Amino acid sequence: MAARLLWASRVASHLRISVAQRGFASVVLKDLKYADSHEWVKIDGNKATFGITDHAQDHLGDVVYVELPDLGRSVSQGESFGAVESVKATSDINSPVSGKVVEVNEVLTESPGLVNTSPYEEGWIIKVELSDAGEVEKLMDSDKYSKFCEEEDAKH
Amino acid sequence: MRGGSLWQLGQSITRRLAQSDKKPLSPRRYFASGADLKKTALYDFHVAHGGKMVPFAGWSMPIQYKDSIIDSTVNCRVNGSLFDVAHMCGLSLKGKDCVPFLETLVVADVAGLAPGTGSLTVFTNEKGGAIDDSVITKVTDEHIYLVVNAGCRDKDLAHIEEHMKAFKSKGGDVSWHIHDERSLLALQGPLAAPVLQHLTKEDLSKLYFGQFQILDINGSTCFLTRTGYTGEDGFEISVPSEHAVDLAKAILEKSEGKVRLTGLGARDSLRLEAGLCLYGNDMEQHITPVEAGLTWAIGKRRRADGGFLGADVILKQLQDGPTIRRVGFFSSGPPARSHSEVHDENGNKIGEITSGGFSPNLKKNVAMGYVKSGQHKNGTKVKILVRGKPYEGNITKMPFVATKYYKPS
Repeated sequence: MAARLLWASRVASHLRISVAQRGFASVVLKDLKYADSHEWVKIDGNKATFGITDHAQDHLGDVVYVELPDLGRSVSQGESFGAVESVKATSDINSPVSGKVVEVNEVLTESPGLVNTSPYEEGWIIKVELSDAGEVEKLMDSDKYSKFCEEEDAKH
Repeated sequence: MRGGSLWQLGQSITRRLAQSDKKPLSPRRYFASGADLKKTALYDFHVAHGGKMVPFAGWSMPIQYKDSIIDSTVNCRVNGSLFDVAHMCGLSLKGKDCVPFLETLVVADVAGLAPGTGSLTVFTNEKGGAIDDSVITKVTDEHIYLVVNAGCRDKDLAHIEEHMKAFKSKGGDVSWHIHDERSLLALQGPLAAPVLQHLTKEDLSKLYFGQFQILDINGSTCFLTRTGYTGEDGFEISVPSEHAVDLAKAILEKSEGKVRLTGLGARDSLRLEAGLCLYGNDMEQHITPVEAGLTWAIGKRRRADGGFLGADVILKQLQDGPTIRRVGFFSSGPPARSHSEVHDENGNKIGEITSGGFSPNLKKNVAMGYVKSGQHKNGTKVKILVRGKPYEGNITKMPFVATKYYKPS
């Protein structure tokens, strides 16, 4: 656990954002937005980067394959655009915002495990050009998402 | 869950993770505790060691521990693994006629087994299809010990009981005892024998693959079979349940942490790498042992004489060849999974995957499935459909990872 908190602080300082210390729960970064299907979004002007959260990768287990969308493809908020496969199962990745795919993380083809070891940094999945900046309002902030994860885990 | 498929288990975990509709996730009890799931003698031990417990064939079993499934799978082949398989059903058949009785139900040459040896076999139905696969051991001419799958327990016991009643009504001498007072542990990997040797006075170097002994291990009387479900050298140990935790602790301690508690997730990866069938996926009621590539398990004498359920169908397949055959596959792209279609290079459907995944030891996708006879040769190029898209693959022989069974040189 100490190792994960160290990692979280390192990530936070790299991304120049602060970390919400969650004790035994997964890492949730402030200044990112979250979808209830466990994707995170980083907004940078008109561009958005996203991936799956620490909570998601922890529940998925070892990621062995990431299905990436084609460049130029449009994505819609809440709809699936690709998949993440673990040893156990395949999980759809849903787009937290709508837009056009301008970059995909090709490194994941060779190293899908980055989604596990670095879900917020090297494990980023795609970058899109936003088509509707207002959609970001519908996403959760880090506090809401942390609570959401706690509630989900408590049901089990 | 049909036959306890780990893939279907994984699917239910996945649905919880990714909802494409915008409704908040409804509370679903995938990890139900309490009265509805059975617990093995090691349940608390698993939880104390960080086991992630999941429902499996009516039991609460560890799918993994703190290490990842990939690390766990690799560790089994480098060091060793200890599995709790107490959910599986062990039973003894006894009596003067237990051997001829069992021969009416399985394809093995039970009479031909030397005392203290066993084999993988298949319980067949009237159509020659598989009711279950099982490791049977002839302890003596009047005692057979067998282990059947947890997911098939009720079905198998009802089947055996029904036939036993009929057999006895004709004057046959056979009875059974179901070993619910015992727990089965599996110890597999290169360290299995050296570690277990610390816990018993018997010379394990004389116990070869497929052999059985009743002996004292760590202070209790155990049934020991040199067999397993990983392709590695190893043992299945049936220990009185009240000693199961002590034995597990002793094994882990003697290995100085190198042998790790290993869950069902890694167990599935290991058996897949070893090319072994998972009943419910690679073998089912409508698949014969010949189609499944288990002709070697049909005793030579049995191939001539029959005398087991469905023998007419099986003997005919032995003569004419089966119409489908189980083969192995390598493939690119996402791992091929159960029910993925297999096409030839021209896009014609030639078969179906029955299980598959990413091999942690080979670091590539492996799968097994059935294809039309004639299309089954090693090297045949195929296309496997995953989520509607075709990916390149080829047929290959199994096991994917070489086995290391302990056999006399």
